[in-house]
Amino acid sequence: MTAALSEQNGAPRVVLSARGLRRDFGGFTAVNNVNLDVHHARVHALIGPNGAGKTTVFNLLTKFLQPTDGTITLLGEDITRMAPDKVARMGLVRSFQISAVFPHMSVLDNVRVALQRPNGLATQFWKPMAALDGLTAKADQLIRSVGLDKERNAIAADLSYGRKRVLEIATTLALDPKVLLLDEPMAGMGHEDVGMVAEIIREVARERAVLMVEHNLSVVSTLCHHVTVLQRGEILAEGDYAKVSADPRVRTAYMGTEEA
Amino acid sequence: MTLTLDIDKPREKKPVVAQTIFLAAGLALLVLAPLFFYPVFLMKLLCFALFACAFNLLLGYTGLLSFGHAAFFGGAAYFTAHAVKEWGLPPELGILVGVAGAAFLGAIIGYLAIRRQGIYFAMITLALAQMFYFFCLQAEFTQGEDGIQSVPRGHLFGFIDLSQSTNMYYFVLGVFIIGVAIIWRIIHSPFGMILKSIRENETRAVSLGYSVRNYKLAAFVMSAALTGLAGGVKALVFQFATLTDVSWQMSGEVILMTLLGGIGTLIGPLFGAGLVVTLQNYLATSEFPVTIITGLVFMVCVLLFRRGIVGEFYNSRLGRKLGFEHRH
Repeated sequence: MTAALSEQNGAPRVVLSARGLRRDFGGFTAVNNVNLDVHHARVHALIGPNGAGKTTVFNLLTKFLQPTDGTITLLGEDITRMAPDKVARMGLVRSFQISAVFPHMSVLDNVRVALQRPNGLATQFWKPMAALDGLTAKADQLIRSVGLDKERNAIAADLSYGRKRVLEIATTLALDPKVLLLDEPMAGMGHEDVGMVAEIIREVARERAVLMVEHNLSVVSTLCHHVTVLQRGEILAEGDYAKVSADPRVRTAYMGTEEA
Repeated sequence: MTLTLDIDKPREKKPVVAQTIFLAAGLALLVLAPLFFYPVFLMKLLCFALFACAFNLLLGYTGLLSFGHAAFFGGAAYFTAHAVKEWGLPPELGILVGVAGAAFLGAIIGYLAIRRQGIYFAMITLALAQMFYFFCLQAEFTQGEDGIQSVPRGHLFGFIDLSQSTNMYYFVLGVFIIGVAIIWRIIHSPFGMILKSIRENETRAVSLGYSVRNYKLAAFVMSAALTGLAGGVKALVFQFATLTDVSWQMSGEVILMTLLGGIGTLIGPLFGAGLVVTLQNYLATSEFPVTIITGLVFMVCVLLFRRGIVGEFYNSRLGRKLGFEHRH
């Protein structure tokens, strides 16, 4: 299994990195001294028990939260004090733990909204809706790529949980991001969806960096090149899956319940 | 093009026909209305209907509850009244002054308020609108408690005498239709789509790279400007501008109208405004306090028709059959 995870063409370049990342909430330190390097064309997993600070790290990296201390660099630029929408425009796009779709819009419209800004069709308040027709082909292509063709005209709120997650991935990909942050993309999904999403992630990671929080360790073991284990806001272990899963401290942290 | 903005792509042809008939009937009714009703009453109704529609652009389509829209409505009334009476501008330019003034006020109040969300947003708009109220109370040009009286209606484009109530009515109707058409266009535009997505899920919109603040501010200014259009016209209809229109009760009234009619529907606020203005008019002479009646009507509506009058109709079997779909 680890053969597939080995380095392919030399050292991949770092696209997103954090140094000494720290975040306090009142007197509580949720994240402390986290150093992280996310590489181009690699899938990087962030795992750890509940409350380890995984989502906080995500919020810090995507600037939805301000770090108390530390620096974040995206594609060589310091983004530590940048606004979240600016970071998204630079190519760092995230998904959310709780599925984030636009519930009262169709699947097609959900994807088209994501396509509007990159295509310069977001501010025209004087143009008719037909102006967006040009985006439909591209949106359909994305919808097909995640297997949502049948639900194309369905209202997002009516989709099953797993399908909503898939839709969210499609809208995220619509931005053609350079770095993708996925917060538990497989949580709550059925078996067949898990396999399909894993395939999508593998596919998109060919030309992008992916950082994902995931609890499904069998997915992590087959999909991810690199694993970082967080515990109580600090990095406990790091390395490829074989190395990390053999680490006795990691086994203790998981209480032996989720050995793969 | 129909007034029913809640359908993006009607699947069948029949509903489109039904809606076109509705629209044509509505327009015919408005054109013929002065034969049956007192024009000033109708004009008041149209002004408030436009006000409520403009307000709904923010509440229904962007998800922002402003509690300070009286500042734009009453403010524009003052600006227009002053421009027409003191500067001697023709009515169309006077109204433009009102619109510009309201947009300017909207830019300031909006800029400060959109930094917060939910109830804090509402409270900031209320506080700033109250500051504007006290400014109007103290400022020289508003003439304090008296207000600006006997504002001339003047001649539209220099030759249509607006002191004649029929001419004035059709002028107001024209402005109303233009105003609603602008709102329709904004909602059904690429920009309107982004507003909708912000209303649906703001965090997701941010993570897709939209600078949500700028979109909100733009929507706020547009709503304020269109509210100013209604306020400016109202000053010409009644030929005065007073403190009533900038008071917080006015901000509350427009919320009431919008909720009664149905937020998130283009024509809902029109019906809500119609209901409230009619009640006020008919009860004005009775001994029973109007506020109690409107309060009761509001309570009944909130309890029984949570989507508002038009919203419930859209959602009813008949409404669905006619192709009105209310997604909210």
